[in-house]
Amino acid sequence: MSRIEGVLRTLREQGRKALIPYITAGDPHPDQTVGLMHTLVDAGADIIELGVPFSDPMADGPVIQQACERALRHGTSLRQVLAMVKTFREKDDATPIVLMGYLNPMEAMGQEKFADGAVDAGVDGILTVDLPPEEADEVAPLFTARNLDAIFLLAPTTTDDRIRAISEHSSGYVYYVSFKGVTGAGKIDVDEVAANVAHIHELTALPVAVGFGIRDAATAAAVGQVSDGVIVGSVLVDTIARNQADPDQLKRALSDLLHPMREALDSLPS
Amino acid sequence: MKLTEEMLKALPDARGHFGAYGGRFVSETLFDSLMTLEREYKRLRDDPEFQAEFDRDLAHYVGRPSPLYFAERLTRETGGAQIWLKREDLNHTGAHKVNNTIGQALLARFLGKKRVIAETGAGQHGVATATVCARLGLECHVFMGEEDIRRQSPNVYRMKLLGAEVHSVTSGTRTLKDAMNDAMRDWVANVDDTFYIIGTVAGPHPYPLLVRDFQSVIGRETRAQCLDRTGKLPDALVACVGGGSNAIGMFYPFLTDESVELYGVEAGGLGIDTGQHAAPLSAGRPGVLHGNRTYLMEDENGQIAGTHSVSAGLDYPGVGPEHSWLKDIGRAHYVSVTDDEALDGFRKLTRVEGIMPALETAHAVAYAIKLAASMDKDKVVVINISGRGDKDMQTVAEIDGIEV
Ligand SMILES: Cc1ncc(COP(=O)(O)O)c(C=O)c1O
Repeated sequence: MSRIEGVLRTLREQGRKALIPYITAGDPHPDQTVGLMHTLVDAGADIIELGVPFSDPMADGPVIQQACERALRHGTSLRQVLAMVKTFREKDDATPIVLMGYLNPMEAMGQEKFADGAVDAGVDGILTVDLPPEEADEVAPLFTARNLDAIFLLAPTTTDDRIRAISEHSSGYVYYVSFKGVTGAGKIDVDEVAANVAHIHELTALPVAVGFGIRDAATAAAVGQVSDGVIVGSVLVDTIARNQADPDQLKRALSDLLHPMREALDSLPS
Repeated sequence: MKLTEEMLKALPDARGHFGAYGGRFVSETLFDSLMTLEREYKRLRDDPEFQAEFDRDLAHYVGRPSPLYFAERLTRETGGAQIWLKREDLNHTGAHKVNNTIGQALLARFLGKKRVIAETGAGQHGVATATVCARLGLECHVFMGEEDIRRQSPNVYRMKLLGAEVHSVTSGTRTLKDAMNDAMRDWVANVDDTFYIIGTVAGPHPYPLLVRDFQSVIGRETRAQCLDRTGKLPDALVACVGGGSNAIGMFYPFLTDESVELYGVEAGGLGIDTGQHAAPLSAGRPGVLHGNRTYLMEDENGQIAGTHSVSAGLDYPGVGPEHSWLKDIGRAHYVSVTDDEALDGFRKLTRVEGIMPALETAHAVAYAIKLAASMDKDKVVVINISGRGDKDMQTVAEIDGIEV
């Protein structure tokens, strides 16, 4: 059983929902990322999605685009991101880490070398935004052989046939994108999400985590009620941007944001 | 490799691959739209009514066929092979881009989409898109890098006059690649009512296929005109390569004619060895960007590299996947010329033939002159004059230190 499966199974047994924060590695500075990851865990994170910065993040809105630009200005490479995870693992052997990014940096490293490096660093899952299962024939076996979970996206526009096919290629969880748009944009429609997630649950036994548009505790709770977990990204990255001058204040601000979400999720009737 | 009609018919394959290249690398939200577009296009491709309407528009709105012109004086001055010009600059709106926008706008209408988006570098594709949208009464949004808005300002105003909204793109390098990123982002958010008219043979499947089909009219006409006027096929075809749409349109109908040499000319910028260029086929390596696998300019960490070219329309770090395939199998040659050589080509064609090419096109002109000089007098070289240079007057004047 992978670390991700283990954590999600325990949460399910406890009747709790997963809180999955996203930050971009190297933002605001590569030296701060590992510390911020521990802060996220202390504030209640069950799994961390760690963004691998890319020069052309086509699925992201301005907030995460700028995070990528900040990280790249300091030369954050995929190799360094793996090193950050390895350092994080020295103190935390329990929290699953999912690398989220775009295909080209992974291909540039070489998929096999990347898969080996990910395992060695203690990465648990890989989410490649611009890699649909149709194009994953070559990399999927590399991940499977190393017990790395391959996490794919489902969207409001995904047809039933594709939901089934994508779920078959996935392990750990599937990531449901709550609205049509880039990260940080749009407004989430909780009723629509509830209906779509219920439908996805009929088509796959995998846990369904929902991301895009979750910015506060109330929304986290509403979405948590109808899914297996919530992914919180742009609001955290925005907080990083606004507090980049003061590292201690930044940690407090991230904590202050996540804590109420954790509490709201844990107050849901199980 | 000797190409046959059967081999070409099989490409791209069912998933949009040309050998190792192409494909559909997009976020999940767009997938269904691409599947629908592919299905509808496959149907309309064989629909005589759709094709007849496309041909009618090309004839009466664009002004096709465009002439194949014998550049007698340039030939004499060069002192080698005969140089012929395929005059895409005479199309309505002044470049080859309109062949494609006519086709895609028809598709948009068949799919019932009322809102159109496009990316543009030099502004030619933006103008061609705004033009067809004006004609069909479609809402039009064009994404253009801030840097390109500065250097191609006449085209920005043209788009606005045509009723399009021009969105200034300030992310990344503020050029064509970033405009394409923002167009994709808009498309994800408005996928239900929006048709994305991509301006070149790049992007996710089926775009490289359908743009190639729409642009192939260039090569089909050239083939017939050359046979008619010279009694034989050309010996060499030369076209500039940004994303590669004018080049593939010229090359495609000749791919099985082994005797015809194909030359794609990339932007060498300040010189390939300076790193300041936009020549992925000459100096890049395969990677994934904007929905397809293809040759790219990138650093050792897989970050897309900044590009440089004097011409906005060639200032792009990627290239259409079919060109990557043609390079690997050795069917086409990909070469580059520098900014300075292109400017020489621009001046030469203007002064010797009275034809002012776009700076993109000037790259093809510059290479073709060198090539023709090395060939016998009985050989025939055809240059694809992909567009006219009015839009570039300000850039050239700036280089000359003149205010216009
Ligand atoms: C006149 C002209 N030629 C060529 C190009 C390059 O595009 P492509 O390589 O797709 O033909 C452009 C692009 O803006 C252009 O305006």
